[in-house]
Amino acid sequence: MMTTYSLGKPNQDIVAETLLALARQDRDLIVVTGDSRGSGKMTAFGEALPDQLVEIGIAEQNLVGVSAGLASTGKKVFAISPACFLTARSLEQIKNDVAYSDNPVKLVGISAGVSYGALGSTHHSLHDLAALLAIHNIDIVIPADNFETYHAILAAATHPRPIYLRFGKRPMHHLHHSETRFQLGKAIILRSGGDITFIAAGETVAPALFAADSLEQRGISCGVISMHTIRPFDVEAVINAATTSRALVTVEEHSVNGGLGSLVAATLMEAGVWLPFKRVGIPDEHTIAGSQVEIFKHYGITPEGLAETALNLLNGSRGNRFPASASATASRPAANPPASV
Amino acid sequence: MEPLTPQRLKELEEVAARVRARILLAVHHAGAGHVGGPLSCTDMLVALYFHILNVDPNRPDWEDRDRFILSKGHSTIALYTVLAERGYFPLEELFTFDAIDSRMQGHPDMTKTPGIDMSSGSLGQGLSPGLGMALGARLLGKSFRTYVILGDGESQEGQIWEAAFVAARYQLDNLTAILDYNGLQQYGWRNAPGEHMFPPIENPAQKWQAFGWRVIETDGHDMAQFTAAVEEAQTTRGKPTLIIAHTVKGKGVSFMEDQYDWHARVPTQQELVAALAELGQSDLLVISQGGD
Repeated sequence: MMTTYSLGKPNQDIVAETLLALARQDRDLIVVTGDSRGSGKMTAFGEALPDQLVEIGIAEQNLVGVSAGLASTGKKVFAISPACFLTARSLEQIKNDVAYSDNPVKLVGISAGVSYGALGSTHHSLHDLAALLAIHNIDIVIPADNFETYHAILAAATHPRPIYLRFGKRPMHHLHHSETRFQLGKAIILRSGGDITFIAAGETVAPALFAADSLEQRGISCGVISMHTIRPFDVEAVINAATTSRALVTVEEHSVNGGLGSLVAATLMEAGVWLPFKRVGIPDEHTIAGSQVEIFKHYGITPEGLAETALNLLNGSRGNRFPASASATASRPAANPPASV
Repeated sequence: MEPLTPQRLKELEEVAARVRARILLAVHHAGAGHVGGPLSCTDMLVALYFHILNVDPNRPDWEDRDRFILSKGHSTIALYTVLAERGYFPLEELFTFDAIDSRMQGHPDMTKTPGIDMSSGSLGQGLSPGLGMALGARLLGKSFRTYVILGDGESQEGQIWEAAFVAARYQLDNLTAILDYNGLQQYGWRNAPGEHMFPPIENPAQKWQAFGWRVIETDGHDMAQFTAAVEEAQTTRGKPTLIIAHTVKGKGVSFMEDQYDWHARVPTQQELVAALAELGQSDLLVISQGGD
């Protein structure tokens, strides 16, 4: 029988509610916005705690620089701006003023990925993981549902290092059991399976989970991992999945270059683990515009699309150049697993 | 701030001459580095660290200290030298400038060097963190002040004006920017020989006033005048202040003054000897030769 998942709120709503609750108890918690109080759901915060919200106007470079200066005085600063601008327009300020200078700003990228899909490529953030992964000293978190969002914000508030969190604006299904524990840097195993495992992050975890449910109905044992923390990266979870499944599929709302899929592939190669593998995400092409749902459908980030990808991979029909038997005898991980990225 | 007595002024001028000599020694020793810009802001840095700023070299992270940002980070050898003279770290360390694994790298790194409140190096970024610090002081109910030295060349960067706009919007009278207006950038605007040389930015007073700042003009090499300008900024209410410090690039060494060429040129041994003689600091040369 198919598992059912109830629908929650947009993760951004949880961000706003959690920040308001935290800030009521902590006068040092400051939110900095760049004319995005509405889209960031921070209007209520600004009304309730006007002294704890700093509006910078439409100037993302200044927003990040100011946030770094504020953080250097000891404030817990959440800098909120659309992910597409925050991680591109002000990438240099993130690199220099936040990461390199070790000012522990909490950068919150809203309407991330293709949440603003219909607005066109200017408003897509499909580069942010690749860009930030190449910058030292900034942790990266992509919560999948309301539960992960709530705990990620709690963790970020006391996080001693710079951190980037990325959220979408569509209501998300509740994916977790009440006993699930959230810890930064520790992937959540939503289910385990011996045939194939989806390693997904953020808003692509739900379709991966639904795909796994439908594959199970067809007798295929399917695992799903929510890789909510991209840095520090849970190498162990990847190696475990690769050595207990026959194939791996990564799923991300990001370019297939430089994001989760690339990271998983590099991890496997360095560990000497070989198995059929496929990256699902936004391919290296002029991205279409449309709603997030439509764009996901276009690129196969749907339960049906992911199930098909999984079946093709297991059947070897994607022209995998490894013999089928190689997957069954995937080499053991190296004695010394690579250091976390 | 204590009054600047003639005796104290004389002491500061002696420190400034020594700082200039040590800048040239360090750049000569490293075989690389900037010269013109550091010499242009030396007097202001000495006035700030030896007279104006409420700081404690023994507690560089003291939370109530005044904050300082050198937005024109390529002039950092001047800042390192002033910090060393002030006692933040040993003077000998200046000879590790640009060396591998040194705390004296080519642009200031707040995670490495004691006394650096903000890293800089990419031009045009320093005023925004300064604004954040000034906002932080206000939110924390603290009285520390924030000072940012800007280059006139980096005033061509858009982010400076984003920050100028917002600082005035928040009426941050605890924020003082200082424009090192030496009129020269590395290459500058193209012009035909004999034509008017356009400075990096023209009419800065008009521009900053239009952004809502109080503007005070001063001689950036006259420490008494500069200190008076800072005092005026400190008593200004309701708006941030920009001090336009009229300076000379390469100030203090006749053959370096106002020369494009000396933006980032390393003095030869002969030039070093001549420069230190002009500065009345030839004794420092003798000392440095041991480690050269």
